[in-house]
Amino acid sequence: MRELVIISGKGGTGKTCLTAAFASLAENSVLCDADVDAANLHLLMNPKIKKRTDFMGGSIAEIRTADCTECGRCLELCKFEAISEEFVVDAISCEGCGVCVDLCPEQAIDFPVQKCGEWFISDTRYGEMIHARLGIAEENSGKLVSLVRQQAKMLAEEKGSELILTDGPPGIGCPVIAAIGGATALLIVVEPTVSGIHDMLRVADLAVHFKIPGLVCVNKYDLNTDMTSKIEAVAEERNMKVVGRVPFDSLFTKAMVEGKNILEYRQNSEVAATVRKVWDEILQSPSMNLMGLKDFSAVIK
Amino acid sequence: MIISVASGKGGTGKTTVATNMASALGKGVRLLDCDVEAPNAHLFLNPEIKQIEEVTTFIPEIDDELCTACKKCAEICRFRALAVVGGKVLVFPELCHSCYGCVEVCEEGAIKDGKRELGTVESGAAGDILFSHGRLRVGEAMSPPLIKKVRSISRNNSITIIDAPPGTSCPVIAAIKGADFVLMVTEPTPFGLHDLKLGIEAVKTLGIPCGLVINRSDIGDEGVREYAAEENIPVLLEIPFDRNIAEAYSIGKLIIEVQPEWAGKFRDLYNRIEKLAHC
Repeated sequence: MRELVIISGKGGTGKTCLTAAFASLAENSVLCDADVDAANLHLLMNPKIKKRTDFMGGSIAEIRTADCTECGRCLELCKFEAISEEFVVDAISCEGCGVCVDLCPEQAIDFPVQKCGEWFISDTRYGEMIHARLGIAEENSGKLVSLVRQQAKMLAEEKGSELILTDGPPGIGCPVIAAIGGATALLIVVEPTVSGIHDMLRVADLAVHFKIPGLVCVNKYDLNTDMTSKIEAVAEERNMKVVGRVPFDSLFTKAMVEGKNILEYRQNSEVAATVRKVWDEILQSPSMNLMGLKDFSAVIK
Repeated sequence: MIISVASGKGGTGKTTVATNMASALGKGVRLLDCDVEAPNAHLFLNPEIKQIEEVTTFIPEIDDELCTACKKCAEICRFRALAVVGGKVLVFPELCHSCYGCVEVCEEGAIKDGKRELGTVESGAAGDILFSHGRLRVGEAMSPPLIKKVRSISRNNSITIIDAPPGTSCPVIAAIKGADFVLMVTEPTPFGLHDLKLGIEAVKTLGIPCGLVINRSDIGDEGVREYAAEENIPVLLEIPFDRNIAEAYSIGKLIIEVQPEWAGKFRDLYNRIEKLAHC
């Protein structure tokens, strides 16, 4: 089983629109939305939730006023400025380290486990999808990302799926690290701008750090063809295969407004043909297809 | 006056709004790029970086001669950054949240100050603008401590504009907490609306006044405007999609460089924010 994770570094380059289009082309696959912080894939997938599970994240300190003697030990211990002079814990600042809980001389601090979000198994018109929603202002997004990927993997194994298609988060921090570990390959969606290339290089460094092969697709390439060429040259230099260029096209937004992917919305458009070609390039890339097979499914069967 | 420019969804134009507003206001404005995972503001402001500070965080370093492998440190650590294996304490630096719990409970004084590099804070001047940004070390997972470090530069007596990271979780909170105003930048699409709602909820939990900039305002649908009206969130500026602006962006140019008439609009934006922030 292989897993392709779609990331970008910079946000808003078109990860989700492309993931949704690929989902309609990938046969026998499981979909996974690993952007738990600002998930969008469901807006194009209209998922029917089959199973909903609470995500229990970390614990947060809670001072029992009745037992508190206001000795100030917790204030002294807390490195996160989460406890006020009135001995009230600010849930947003609390890191959940539990140091105050363990060392309160009166044992007046509780440490209840928090529900930090929810995750879902859903049916979509392109197969099953695992997705989640992290609570607002929550921590532990990396944990929830790891959880949805693990669930997607279990589901794929159960179903005998050949591929997991994972829509990743922007950035290079905790949720991205959790989204790429152990992936077969990363598709980095880049826009041809100074910020696009800057952030692509950071995410490419991250891919090297975790030893995961990268593929590169330039989206909205015609906004700046010089920059597109530069991105492609840098990608090749770094041994990342360029799988294609997608033009800027308002059809993507129009499709999104209708909750559709570009291939359903305008099946016969030029841009749809381009996206299909990019998908073929991805499947045939050495990192996704080590044996160079034309038809992977024929071999599996 | 501290204004955080945030968005929920990535790529909606936070950096565009933050850098153009900073440039339009000019002298004495401080811009803090707190999108430490993917900092971009410098690409548009071209600051001359004068100061680079390495930012580290505490991690435990075990003095094996003093350590008796009593396991107290491993027991208090909720992040599993410490484990006792074969009579020896192992440290997993990347899991440590720097809570100092291990230091507190170690009776032998066997835990010394170690450090993990989080990234750098770079500062300099971009014309009249005082510029700083954080750059998270590639491979580092925790951005909030570095964001807080960048935030610590701001002074209350001048205008500080913060370019926040996308999303709604802890890095965003670190970038907007304590601000006088949060300026949300969105695009009028289903993705933009969905993430805007989450972003606004995050701002509400902190009780900070906020307003909206609608970027690429002529694409998509009416969802964002309807939502803003229902929720009484003022729309402070609309920037239509303009290929000319998009192409200028692609080479690192500000809107006000290619279309100078926008300088006045960004100054007006600031004036409207100032009124809203103080009432």
